[in-house]
Amino acid sequence: MSLLALQAVEVSYGSIRALKAVSLEVQEGEIVTLLGANGAGKTTTLRTISGLLVPRPGKVIFDGADIQGVAPHEIVGLGIGHVPEGRRIFPRMTVVENLEMGAYRRRGNLGPDLDRVFGLFPVLLERRKQLGGTLSGGEQQMLAIGRALMGQPRVLLLDEPSMGLAPLIVAQIFGIIKEIRQSGTTVLLVEQNAAQALSVADRGYVLETGEIVMSDRAEVLLHDDRVRAAYLGEGAA
Amino acid sequence: MCIIHPFWSLLVSGLSDGFLYALIALGYTLVYGVLQLINFAHSEVFMSGGFAGYFILNRTIGSHTPHGLDSVLMVVLGTVGGAVFGGLVAFGLERAAYRPLRRRNAPRIAFLISAIGASYFLYNLAGKEFGRDAVSIKAPFNLDGNAFRLFGAQVQTYQVVVAVAAIVMLVGLDRMVAVTRLGKGIRAVAQDADTASLMGVNIDRVISQTFVIGGLLGGAAGFLFGLNYGVVYTMGFTPGLKAFTAAVLGGIGNIRGAVVGGLVLGLVENFGSACIQTSWRDVIAFGILVAVLIIRPTGLLGERLGRSA
Ligand SMILES: Nc1ncnc2c1ncn2[C@@H]1O[C@H](COP(=O)(O)OP(=O)(O)OP(=O)(O)O)[C@@H](O)[C@H]1O
Ligand SMILES: [Mg+2]
Repeated sequence: MSLLALQAVEVSYGSIRALKAVSLEVQEGEIVTLLGANGAGKTTTLRTISGLLVPRPGKVIFDGADIQGVAPHEIVGLGIGHVPEGRRIFPRMTVVENLEMGAYRRRGNLGPDLDRVFGLFPVLLERRKQLGGTLSGGEQQMLAIGRALMGQPRVLLLDEPSMGLAPLIVAQIFGIIKEIRQSGTTVLLVEQNAAQALSVADRGYVLETGEIVMSDRAEVLLHDDRVRAAYLGEGAA
Repeated sequence: MCIIHPFWSLLVSGLSDGFLYALIALGYTLVYGVLQLINFAHSEVFMSGGFAGYFILNRTIGSHTPHGLDSVLMVVLGTVGGAVFGGLVAFGLERAAYRPLRRRNAPRIAFLISAIGASYFLYNLAGKEFGRDAVSIKAPFNLDGNAFRLFGAQVQTYQVVVAVAAIVMLVGLDRMVAVTRLGKGIRAVAQDADTASLMGVNIDRVISQTFVIGGLLGGAAGFLFGLNYGVVYTMGFTPGLKAFTAAVLGGIGNIRGAVVGGLVLGLVENFGSACIQTSWRDVIAFGILVAVLIIRPTGLLGERLGRSA
């Protein structure tokens, strides 16, 4: 049984249908990537999983339970961590306060979790008293990932973590994503940077104007002519 | 050049008025922070606190005259009673006048109309129930008495009471917002509500609790104001608008800004009316509102509801 599954999910913004019968599955321990061009519906998919949008019709199943209609603040508590598009750091909270927000639903000692995040991202330790809004883009992305990890998620949703970052930082972040999976957290990774995403993922889905048009093992997608043409900036062979 | 005379006593009365404006202004600014909405019915929360203090103290004090420790207890009782009742009214207001609109994703103008409707409803209800004439709260201490002299100016006991009560509440609020879980929730919702909910913040609950906190401060202010100026169903109108001015002056949404705005407004009003004429008092206050809105709509400190704000 998969840890997370979408079953024929449809989501509309008013009269605009953003997702059309989207079905996908993520197994425990996997890194799955969801690729697609601007406006394909990637963010919509993640916001639906987190409960910010409600599928009509369709189902979101997490750990065997239908979570449709469950409020976003309760879905985090079930074990779904969300690193939103554009990082969405709380700009007027310090780094530590941002991290504490990630554990908002948890009680008890956060020390070990903070240590773990600072271990993954030492730069955050140096900047722990700095306001989130004053961090660089790369630091903000690290903070956003660390913040989601503070909730001890079973599955981590990442929305374009490479957006707007220099190649060196992107490589560092993808390295961390692999480490996160190694420590037992399942990952659903939304990306436009298909080459990087497919290099860390086990499997991938391709979303086009709200529909899943391809799904396969990552290395198969990486060598697929259509994927190469559309998402890796290469002419079709 | 006008003569601001007597300087020290204008300073003292300016600060005393300013503390009251600050307490009320916080209710506007806190709610604006989490909802981007001006709760124009907040003036009725203030009025409710005044009536609560009136009923509690007039029943408790009866015909005797409190002295010493008894006076202190009566002031605390009235302040807490006004605060609790203000909190309750604010809680009900959010449930009845705002939450249903939020559920329906109503346009912003609907919230404004609902606020004005709720305000009219509440003060007319109070007028019908409690009469149309002002009543006075039984004095827990000698209201005309002076506490001490400051550079030749008499500082009234009443002014000391207002300042102490306000400072206790302001410091308490500041700490609450800075370190408690609820305080962090309020700041998170103010900075980015969607993301706050992704972190596990129950937005509905935080909004409700924010109304209650604003209501506690506003209700307490209603009692403190009523002590000196009497209690009547229309008492919220002018102080409410002035506190709104103070909130805008400090930067709506900015907690420390509301305090700064309240104190500045109290001082400007007192020095300004001494300088020109007492009858100019409200003209000065609302002139400031118009001027701020035109020249610097983000206020003195700008809009922010964060740790440093
Ligand atoms: N709040 C909204 N209101 C109306 N339409 C929206 C809204 N959000 C997204 N859409 C539309 O839904 C479609 C999918 O948007 P979505 O943000 O999910 O795409 P995306 O794949 O994440 O794109 P990007 O790579 O640019 O982030 C787009 O056509 C977009 O215009
Ligand atoms: Mg997106």
